[in-house]
Amino acid sequence: MAANPMTQFEVYRIGPEIKIGAFDISFTNASLFMVISSLAILIIFNLGSKKNSILPNKLQLLAELSFSFVSKMISDTAGSKAKPYFSFIFSLFMFVLFCNMFGMIPYTFTVTSHIIVTFVLAAFIFIGVTIVGFIKHGFGYLKLFVPSGVPAVLLPLIVVIEIISYLSRPISLSVRLFANMMAGHTMMKVFGGFVVSLGIVGGWLPLSFSVALTGLEILVAFLQAYVFAILTCIYLNDALNLHH
Amino acid sequence: MVKKIFFQFIFFNFFLIREVFAAESGGMPQLNPEFWISQIFWLVLTFGILYVVLSRLILPKISANLELRKSQIQENIEAAEKQRESSDAKLKEYDDIIRKSKLEAKNIFRDAGEKVIKDINSKKEFLDKQIDGEIKKAEQEIEVLRKNAPEKISKIAIETSAQLVRKLIGAEINNSSISAIVNDLTKKNGNKYHGN
Repeated sequence: MAANPMTQFEVYRIGPEIKIGAFDISFTNASLFMVISSLAILIIFNLGSKKNSILPNKLQLLAELSFSFVSKMISDTAGSKAKPYFSFIFSLFMFVLFCNMFGMIPYTFTVTSHIIVTFVLAAFIFIGVTIVGFIKHGFGYLKLFVPSGVPAVLLPLIVVIEIISYLSRPISLSVRLFANMMAGHTMMKVFGGFVVSLGIVGGWLPLSFSVALTGLEILVAFLQAYVFAILTCIYLNDALNLHH
Repeated sequence: MVKKIFFQFIFFNFFLIREVFAAESGGMPQLNPEFWISQIFWLVLTFGILYVVLSRLILPKISANLELRKSQIQENIEAAEKQRESSDAKLKEYDDIIRKSKLEAKNIFRDAGEKVIKDINSKKEFLDKQIDGEIKKAEQEIEVLRKNAPEKISKIAIETSAQLVRKLIGAEINNSSISAIVNDLTKKNGNKYHGN
């Protein structure tokens, strides 16, 4: 009965097969949870911004606190120049956060536990940041790879290292989120399987572990969304304010 | 209890059934490219819609709400500041009035005190004068009495002596010799009775 802990990450088609040309774009469980997360964000923030009272109600407070939280995060890490990208980073943070959080509900699907989803997000951020950097600084953006105050002998090595680290940004960004989500959910599944297999006598220990893990995973879900957003801010900061 | 666990078992199996089937394939489903295109497509679609709606409709509203609240609070603070200033001015005015009236009361008190003292002084003077006059009058009377007293006494003494002599020896002695003796005696003893 103890199912493979990886089966929770299976993607399966919901409804008919949809094809555009050679591409299969069928509606899957992953798509369903992307839609649910986006809709939840839109509904919550729409309700939270509908009425403007001096003393906010709960939803308004939630919306405004999230707004100022992300706003502060951006201004702390990327400065005031990053203001035009606020909407994008806010959407990104909320999307990742809600996908992570919906994944914590039993029998749901965690969108962000798929490398392809996180990689597309990270690649989009990487390409976008690089374009922003080249638009702002022209070819001067390449100075990012040449840190100041480095002895000339070490310079070729440093430049190579900088370029590799820059190019690995989308990979590290996407794998961090994906691996955290996958590992956490797999672990929870394994402990859940222990509860079932050990039964009413021995199942209490893995059950208590499972409960503790749930709390930890909720923390991780928030933390990874935060890390994802803040790293985006840091990359954007590099592109906007060339520091090196 | 057993029945309950059995039903739970069936319930869980109902949910896990497709996982049980899928478990046979094994491996990481994430690396199965079958639905990659679908996931990318739906990600771009949902995230794009989310971004557009948030950035066009919702976030500007939240931002405006926050700004409005901030400005309203600022206005309230300013109004409170103004009211505080006016109340400060009123307090000062009030203090001035109190100080002025205190001064006035002090003046009135002092004036009244002076007047009373003057009254008392004048009355005292008047009374002193009266008392002095009466004392003088009494002294004068005493002086008159004192002056007259020896004459009367000597007269009484002469008459008494004449009568005594007549009664005792039946002789008539003229008054002039008696008065000479009395005057002589009074002069001798006068100092005894009129000390000063």
